[in-house]
Amino acid sequence: MIEFFNEYMIVLIAVLLCVIMAIVRVIFGPTIPDRVVGVDTINTIVIVGMVIYGAAYEEVIYIDVAIVYALLSFISTLFIAKYLEGGEF
Amino acid sequence: MIFDIIIYVFLGIGVFFNVLAGVGLLRFPDVYTRLHAGTKCTTFGSIFIIGSVILIGFKNWWSGDLNGSVLVIHSAFALIAILLTNPVSAHAIARAAHKSGVMPAQAVIDELQDKPTEKSTRKKTSSKTAFSKKEGEQ
Repeated sequence: MIEFFNEYMIVLIAVLLCVIMAIVRVIFGPTIPDRVVGVDTINTIVIVGMVIYGAAYEEVIYIDVAIVYALLSFISTLFIAKYLEGGEF
Repeated sequence: MIFDIIIYVFLGIGVFFNVLAGVGLLRFPDVYTRLHAGTKCTTFGSIFIIGSVILIGFKNWWSGDLNGSVLVIHSAFALIAILLTNPVSAHAIARAAHKSGVMPAQAVIDELQDKPTEKSTRKKTSSKTAFSKKEGEQ
């Protein structure tokens, strides 16, 4: 049986520290593209964290959630960038 | 076993590059350099972390657990999704930052400022011709 604190939890905590650093950039970013860069970094790191979580507890459904999250975050980042350009959709 | 050693080395490299991405987001002075840190480092780190997950799946598969094959295939799809979408979104953000007027730190001139892109020239000419046609009709 899998114990709760296996070695992948250490990796997960270290990866979530990066999310905290990116959240600081999102809060204190001087311009709007800074915040968008922070959100994009948070998205990538959350995908990696979901994959690690699925590997740690041997639940494949979290990795499926990670795939869908990757595609949806890509679309949302493209729409934010298109909005910042000021063009029509 | 050497398989476990490779898995832990890959996890270490991936976590190191992801932490570098976070530190670079905090320390760099500019949107473009922050983008440089926050996109490339996370892409490289996630290649190694998901690669280690793929190796974990291969190890489980080798030891007779068929759930390992599902882990391998789905992690590979997640890696392909990250590798396809992350550089494209970084390019879109950089383009949007330049178009919304954010200059690089310590930059004096903007050489791309007077150079119109293909899309904007096409739009301008089309709108001009439409306007002149309307004027001619009136």
